[in-house]
Amino acid sequence: MIWAGLAFVVALPVALAATSPLLAWRQPIYIAAGFAGIAAMALMLVQPLLAAGYLPRLSMQRGRRIHRWVGGILVATVAVHVVGLWITSPPDVVDALLFRSPTPFSAWGVIAMWALMAVALVAVLRRPLRLRPRIWRMCHTSLGLLVVVSTVIHAVQIEGTMEPLSKLMLCALVLAAAQKAVASLGVWSKRSLPR
Amino acid sequence: MITKLFNRRTLLATFGAGLTTGTSGLLVPATAKGLAPTTSMRGGSNNYRPGAPIVERIGGGGFWMSGTVRRAGDGMPLAGQRIQIWAHTTEGHERDWHSHGATLTDSNGVFRLEMPQIVPAFGQPHGHLAYDSGDYETVFLRPVMRSAKDTSLEAHFVLQPV
Repeated sequence: MIWAGLAFVVALPVALAATSPLLAWRQPIYIAAGFAGIAAMALMLVQPLLAAGYLPRLSMQRGRRIHRWVGGILVATVAVHVVGLWITSPPDVVDALLFRSPTPFSAWGVIAMWALMAVALVAVLRRPLRLRPRIWRMCHTSLGLLVVVSTVIHAVQIEGTMEPLSKLMLCALVLAAAQKAVASLGVWSKRSLPR
Repeated sequence: MITKLFNRRTLLATFGAGLTTGTSGLLVPATAKGLAPTTSMRGGSNNYRPGAPIVERIGGGGFWMSGTVRRAGDGMPLAGQRIQIWAHTTEGHERDWHSHGATLTDSNGVFRLEMPQIVPAFGQPHGHLAYDSGDYETVFLRPVMRSAKDTSLEAHFVLQPV
């Protein structure tokens, strides 16, 4: 039931975006870049669910392992998103990366990108850094929340291929899933948690 | 009865107001007759192709880009000024050569060029215009359409003589 629901809320915005009239006037690389962005936001919905063990028939351990894999895929999809846009219109992406773009959502996209790189780096360096688990968890979670919030601000302001209502729905679910997972995992509480 | 010209409060307020005015660009030298030149918009020059040809219309048309060109200071309409126009349309990307064209202003300083329908790209339905002929300072504009369904867009230039 939960799995079917998840599949539906991910598939619906993607399917509706696939019917966007804007696609007819875009080159394949631009289309791919756009859908990579949508896919990245859909993966952001899955990540907290995996981390908090909300998905049935997945053990906590297995969920965490998939969480790592999905994290890697998420980094890759964002890379496709940015590189694809860069190929489509280099000056617009350069403006965005230098925070001098006329569109406010560009800056939020770039903030989300750097926060995602940081959250992935913190994950990769978990063992070498030898941080206390509680500290590591706080770092990983707060960066993850920054990714989620800035991605949502980025997405809602864009007039693109996503259908507006389904976009808002996906954004709301992404925020809710992150908030719920963080709350139930007790990231900010003092007690150390079982891993 | 006022015994002191300044107390601490008025001194701080005066200093603060002076600092705000001086650093925010509110303090500009008075221009001769008022009309300030248009400044380039952020991102206006993106995908600019110098030397786009003067055309009857860009592609199949259906969408109107129009505006005026005037001189800074006295606001006199400027005739025969070359304005370049490009956008992401139903017929091509901003980078495509065939998405670019130029037109001249008439005796009233008005220009009007038909082009294909502009569609949202990079998150906003917007066009690009440039004045770069050299007699006046170069200006790049990037107007945004109020709705993607609009079939026209305006942009106005006030040019500063070089």
